[in-house]
Amino acid sequence: VIVGIGQTYHRSKRPDVNVAELSAEGARAALTDAALSPKDIDAFIVGNMELFEGRYMQDLWQNDFIGAAGKPLLRVTTGGTTGGTLACAAFEYVASGLYDVVMALGFEKQSEGDSRAALKTVADPLINRWQTTGAIGYFSRQARWYMKEAGAPETAGSMVRVRLARHASRNPHAHLRLEIDSVDEAMKSPYLIPPLRQSDMCPASEGACAIIVAAEEKASKMAKRPVWVDDWISVHKEAVYVRGGRHSTADLEMAAAKLFERNNIQKPMEDISVAEIYGPATWAELEWLEAYGFCEKGAAWQLEEKGYFHLDSHFPVNPSGGVVCTNPIGATGLIRVAEAAIQLRGDAGDHQIARKPTKSFSSAWGGSGWTVAHLLSAQK
Amino acid sequence: VVEEALKKAGLTFREGYDDIVTCSSDHWEGLTLTDIRHGEVAGAHLGPGEEKVCHDGANAVLFGCVKILSGHARVVVVTSACKENEVLNPSVIENFGFDAPYQQLLGLDFTQAGALQATCYMDRCGLAREDFARAAVKSRRAARDNPFLQGGGEAGVEEVMASQMLAYPITAMERKPACDGACAMVLACEERAGALTDRPVWIVGIGNCCDFHNLGDRDLAESRSLENAARQAYQMAGIRNPAAEIGVFEIGAHYSYQSLMWIEGLGLCGKGEAAGLLRDGHLERNGRMPVDPSGGLLGGVPRYVAGSNSVIEAANQLCGEAGEVAVEGRPRYALAHGTSGPAGQHHCVIVMKEGE
Repeated sequence: VIVGIGQTYHRSKRPDVNVAELSAEGARAALTDAALSPKDIDAFIVGNMELFEGRYMQDLWQNDFIGAAGKPLLRVTTGGTTGGTLACAAFEYVASGLYDVVMALGFEKQSEGDSRAALKTVADPLINRWQTTGAIGYFSRQARWYMKEAGAPETAGSMVRVRLARHASRNPHAHLRLEIDSVDEAMKSPYLIPPLRQSDMCPASEGACAIIVAAEEKASKMAKRPVWVDDWISVHKEAVYVRGGRHSTADLEMAAAKLFERNNIQKPMEDISVAEIYGPATWAELEWLEAYGFCEKGAAWQLEEKGYFHLDSHFPVNPSGGVVCTNPIGATGLIRVAEAAIQLRGDAGDHQIARKPTKSFSSAWGGSGWTVAHLLSAQK
Repeated sequence: VVEEALKKAGLTFREGYDDIVTCSSDHWEGLTLTDIRHGEVAGAHLGPGEEKVCHDGANAVLFGCVKILSGHARVVVVTSACKENEVLNPSVIENFGFDAPYQQLLGLDFTQAGALQATCYMDRCGLAREDFARAAVKSRRAARDNPFLQGGGEAGVEEVMASQMLAYPITAMERKPACDGACAMVLACEERAGALTDRPVWIVGIGNCCDFHNLGDRDLAESRSLENAARQAYQMAGIRNPAAEIGVFEIGAHYSYQSLMWIEGLGLCGKGEAAGLLRDGHLERNGRMPVDPSGGLLGGVPRYVAGSNSVIEAANQLCGEAGEVAVEGRPRYALAHGTSGPAGQHHCVIVMKEGE
C-alpha cells in the first residue's frame, strides 16, 4: 500500500541545491505527505543513472541527507527503468514481510555531468559504439517506423505534444510548461532528426521523487487515502535491438499482456481509468499505447486526433504531462507511479482526471528495450 | 559462471527461473547500463525479469531473497561481475565517491579513508602494525589452496610490512589486489529447492545497514552499521551466540585491518580481541573460529563480486563442496559478509544453515 507520495519541482538546472540536497527535498516531500519522520522508515531503496552526475556511489553521500544512516539501504540502477524498478523493489520489500515501511527514492541532477556522453557508452564498444546517437537517434528512427507502420501523418507527434502541453500547464511539478495551443504551433519547432522535432523529445531535467510503501496493517493507521498495489512486472529485451533492421516493441507487449492476464483485465481501456506511461518522445507514446494493448495497431494516432487521451476525456494518458515534459531520469519511472497514485487518491488538483479513478497503469522503459509496469487500485 | 550455476541446479538457459539480480558497476567497466550485458548472458531476453544492484554483491543476494520471500519470484539467478583491471587509476573513481563539497576536495580515496579508520582502531585498541600484517599473511596463505584466487602467497609478516606503503598503516600487500572475476548462484524458494538440489543451503538471516557518510560524523574505530546489520541477520536466524553457533565466516575485508575490525563488529569477540585470536591461530582454517578459509578478498576477489563470492564460499563449506579450503568438521551455520563505500560505510550480513 502506498502511503506517501512526494516530488520536487523539476527544472533543467537546480543550482540552488546539490545532489544530496535535491534527494532530501524529494524524501522530505514524501515524508510530509505521509506525516512520517525518517525514524518511521524501516528500509530505503534509492536509484539514479550511475554515470550521469559524474559521481561514484552517490547513494552513500546522500544517505546522511535523507535520514537513512543506521538503516538498511539498497541501491538499484536499471537505466531508464530505475524509477519503475525502485517502486517494484519497494513493493517486494514490503511483500517479503521483512520490512513494514519502505521508502523508494529516485533522483537525477543532469547538469552535474554529461548525460549524452555517458549514454553513448551504452553501446557495445566493439560492435556498435561508433554508430550510437543517444536517445534522439533511437526515437527519430522509432517515429519514422511508426509513421510507416501506422500510416500516421507527420502531425501525429505534434498532436501528442499539444495534449501533453495542456496537461503539464496544469501540473505545478512539471518541468516544461510551454504554451503549445495548436498542432500548427508544435510543428514550428525545429527538427532534431526528421520527423522528430525538438518539441517531440523529453528534456533533461533535475529533480527527485519518493514514495513510501507500507504493509497493510500499518497502512490502515497511517494513510488518509491509501493506494493499493495490485501487481508489477519487469521484462527485458536483448541489446542488439536493431538486429536485421527490425524495430521491436516485444518487451512492452509482453509486460502488459502478462500483467493484464494475471489481473484479469480484458478491456484495458475500460478496466483501467488512467495511464501514466513512460514515453520519452511523443511518437513513442502512440506506438506504445498500441504495444501495451490499449488499442489496435495503428489506431492510437487516430484516437489522439479525436482527443481521446485528454485528462477530461475517455482514457486519460499522462495527465501529468508525461516524460516529454519532465525527465529527471532516475526519478522519471517513479514519477509515473507517484502521479498514477495521486490520480487514484483524487489529489491531483488541476490535473485531476474527469473520469472516476479506480485502477491505474504506470510504466517505465529503458536500457536496450526493457519495460517495467505496475497496476494500482484506489480500493483494496 | 551462469552456465555452471544453472547446470549445478539442473536448469537450462532461460528455463525454470523467473528473476535475475545482477551486480556490477558502470564505473569499473566504463560503460553505462552494464546490466544490459550481464542480464542478457543470464537469459533476461523476453523471459525472466532482471534488476541490477549497485552495492557489494552480498546485497544482490539479499535482494534475491526479498524477491523470493515476497512471492513475486520462486527461483532467482544472482550474478556479480567486475573487471577492476579496466581501470587505470581506481583512486580517481573512489575520490568521486565522496561528497562533493567537503571530503572529495580533500583528495581522499578509499585506501586513505581505510587508513584513517585503521589508525583510529589501532589507537583505540592498542594494536600494532604487525597485528594487521598477520591478517594479510593468513589470507594470502589460505588463498594458495583456492584454485579460483590468484592473490595467494607465502609472504611473512616482515615482507608484508615492507611492501610499498600506500597510506599508513596500509601497505600494498594489505590491500585487496585489483582483479577481474565473476560469480553466479541460484536461489530458490523452499518448495522448489528440493527439485533443484539434494544438498540445499538455507539462507536463514539477512541484514544490511548504512552508516553516516561524513567520516567525521562516525566513530571510525567502531562499526555501528555492521553491528546493526549483524543484529538483523542473527535475529532472523534465531542466533544468540554467533561465535559459538556459526562454524565458518567469509567476511569482506578490503584491507587487512578490516579482517579484525569486522570480526568484532559481527560480535564474535570483544573490542580489540580479534588480534589476539588471530595471533593464537583461532581464525585459521583449522582453528576454533575459521575466518576466510577461502583466502577472502585479500586473496584476490574483485569488488562487487566480493560479497556474493563470500556467500558462495560459505555455502560450499556447508554443503561439503569447499574442497581444499574446507574447514575441519562440518559446520551447521556459516556467515557471509560484504561491505561497500569508504571505511565500511555500508554492510550486508547473510547467515546460512546446512540443509537437512
